[in-house]
This record gives sequence, structure tokens and C-alpha cells, in this order.
Amino acid sequence: MKNAKNLSYMDSVHRDGRIWGIIVGTMILLVPAVVMLLFKTTPDLGMLARGLIATVPMYWAVGVIEIFTYVPMLGAGGTYLSFVTGNISNLKLPCAIDAMERAKVKATSEEGEVISTIAIAVSSIVTTLIILLGVVCIVPLTPLLESPVLKPAFDMILPALFGGLAVVFISKNAKLSIAPILLMLTLFIVVPALNAGTVGIMVPVGVIFTVTVARVMYKKGWL
Amino acid sequence: MEFSVNHPILFVIVGIIIAVVLAQSFYFLRKACRRAAELGISAETVKKTVSSAAVFTIAPAVSVLVGVVVLSKSLGIAVPWLRLSVIGSITYENVAAQNALTAAKLSAGETIIDPSIFVTVLWVMTIGIAAGLILVPFVTKKIQGGMMKMGLKDKKWGEIFNNAMFLGMISAFLGYVFCDVGLVFKGNTSGLVPVCVMAVSAVVMAVCGLSAKKFKMRWLEDYALPFSLILGMASALPLTVWLA
Repeated sequence: MKNAKNLSYMDSVHRDGRIWGIIVGTMILLVPAVVMLLFKTTPDLGMLARGLIATVPMYWAVGVIEIFTYVPMLGAGGTYLSFVTGNISNLKLPCAIDAMERAKVKATSEEGEVISTIAIAVSSIVTTLIILLGVVCIVPLTPLLESPVLKPAFDMILPALFGGLAVVFISKNAKLSIAPILLMLTLFIVVPALNAGTVGIMVPVGVIFTVTVARVMYKKGWL
Repeated sequence: MEFSVNHPILFVIVGIIIAVVLAQSFYFLRKACRRAAELGISAETVKKTVSSAAVFTIAPAVSVLVGVVVLSKSLGIAVPWLRLSVIGSITYENVAAQNALTAAKLSAGETIIDPSIFVTVLWVMTIGIAAGLILVPFVTKKIQGGMMKMGLKDKKWGEIFNNAMFLGMISAFLGYVFCDVGLVFKGNTSGLVPVCVMAVSAVVMAVCGLSAKKFKMRWLEDYALPFSLILGMASALPLTVWLA
């Protein structure tokens, strides 16, 4: 459906997403420069080079792969919001997947696009407000948030999150789920380098492997 | 201007950016809600999506707040507030800050008093994760368009492709849950804690789903994921005492 300016909904989402993305992206990228000007200081170039060498190669590679992995799952509106507000795999994407599942809409449909955007926008707003509240009350909250009693709960957020999500998706795609789960269990148990720090790199591996297996099974008529 | 990691001007800068990002979220929320009405998605479905997403977000958002507290010891409150409200995930920001602090020969938790070191750390954190921020506005349309076309060309394959992507991601995280299981053979059972937490969460999810169907408690289905998340996290407390 075209609107008054002859743009479809999806086209207008991309147009607006680009505008917001460029504005917000520029603002975020300019923060260090503004701080430099305000405090009349410059970075230590040697230290900057060492910090960047330790960070950029891995996180830029992961960042590029993440775009191709997460964009199809998040939808357009969800992507423009998630790549600005962060915490994609541990918050925004599970939230969107759950919302689409409950609303019984497909991620590839416009209905899926709309539901995913609503869920991610709400999640972004709530996260921002909770962090704002936490920052305002940081002094009384710090002992609670750093309490050794509660620490195990915060450390276990990913197992608690993906246990629930796995039930939904494995029960619906039992045949397709066998190969990727076996592969990932084997890799994570056998390869010591795979842990909490490297799980992000394994997401694209899992996605590419599962899509390949799905294609073969689909062609053979097993799905 | 005399430097301090908690200088009021830093809060003003961060506050402005966060306000713009909030405005972006509200803008897309309003736009999607309007389109939902045009597509005939019921107001009830939209309302449930909003409330369930809000409830689901609380526990992970509090865990993000823990990250703000951890980073605030070195960087003050304003910068972690920005980095974790916008862009960064807890894992990345900690690593990036740590890399920069190590390069500055500072230990974690040591407050930065030198403005030069502060801006260096800020540059490392900003540039280090800028890939998504820079590329997304320019490549999303192409990737998303391809997905939509595939969905239209072969509806069944489009659906399977999508489920396969979700399953691929979930399987990677399930693998991660088992990464320390091997420690059991060395007499250390702490690696079983995430496995048991995941099992608790999975059982809660299954019970919620079955109960919702059997007893026609639709609301239970809507909040099944937040329930399984919170009860899974809560189970980590006794499980850690028992196994770790």
C-alpha cells in the first residue's frame, strides 16, 4: 500500500531508519571529540593504538557478520532500533521472536515486521527507563546490584532466557533442530576456547549451518 | 573546565543523546502501531505485545544496570550510562573498556583522573563497536528486501529459512550453556549450574504453555517467557550454593 508520498510502509521505514540512524550514529561517534574539546585534551596515541588493535579486528568482524545474521530476524524497523540501542542477542531479538510467536505472525511478512518493531521499541524504551532510574538511584542500588547473593542470578541470564525460547522452537521444529544442537553441543564441550566471550561468534556459524541443513532437508522433502 | 569522570557536562551530553534515542523508539513504536491498525492486527494483540515485551525486558535490563555499576568505578556514571543505554552490550563494553584500561596500565575499578586517558578509553569504546552503527543505515534495505522477496517467492521455504535462522542462534546459546560441563570429570560441578538453570527455564516454559492450553489461561501464554526467565534466574541462587 502506498501512502500520500507514494512510499510503501516498508520504504518509509527504511527512509526514516536511515535518517534516524545517521543522526544518532553521528551524535554517538562525535561524543569523544566533544569531550576532547570540552576538557581541552587529546588521546594518548600509543595507548589508543594498543586499545584499538586489541578491540577493532574482532569486534568489527563480528559486527559485520552480526548485521547479516540479525537483520533478517529483526526486521527493518527492529534493525534500525536494535543496532542503536544494543543488547541484541540477550534482549531485543528474543523479545521480538517471542512477540511474533505469540501474535502468530511470520518474520518475513509485514505483520511480522510491525509486531517485531513494536516489541523492540517497547523493549528499548523500558531498558532506557530502567537504566535511567538505576543511574538516578545508583548509590542506594549499588550494594543490591553487587550483592554476592544475587550475582548468580544475573550471571545465569542467558541459560534462563534460551531455555524457555528453546522449548518453543525445538518443539515446533524437532527434526530440523537435531543437527545444529548436536553440532553446537559437541563444539562447546570439546573446544575449550568456546565460552561466554566467544558465543557471539558462534551465532552466525549456527545460523549458516542450520540454514544449509534446512535447505537440504527441504529439497529432499523431509520438512 | 576541570576534568572529572562525573562532571555535570558529561551528564548533559549523555542525556541529550539518550533523549534522541528514546524519541527514535517512540517514533517507530507509533509508526508500527498505526500500520498494525491498517493491516487489521487487533488492538488486543498490539496491547499484549507491548505489555509482554515490557515485562520481559525488566530482568535483562536490570542485569544491564549491573554492567553500568561495574564500569562506573573506572569511568564514572555518565559514560557507562550512555554506552549501555545505547549501542553496547554488557559483554562488549566491559571488554573494550578493559582493553583500553590495560593499554593505559590501569586496573579495573581504578577511577580515571587523567582526561587524556578518559578520552582514549572513550575513543576505543566508540570506534571498536562502530561497524553496526555505520553500516546498518546503508545495508539493511538490501538484506531485508531480499528476505521479503524470498518469502513471497516460496512461502514455505521462507518460513523454514526463518525458523532455521532462529534455531541456529538458539543452538549456539544452548551449546554455550554446556561449555563447562567437562569440568564435572575433574570433580567440579559448577559447570552444571547453567545446564540446570536452562532446564528449569525450559520446564517452566513447557508448563506455562500446557497449562495455558489445558485451563484456557491465555494470559499465562503471554507472560510465559518472562516467567521462565525470572524463575530460571531465581533457581540459579540455590543451584549455585548446591553445585558451585
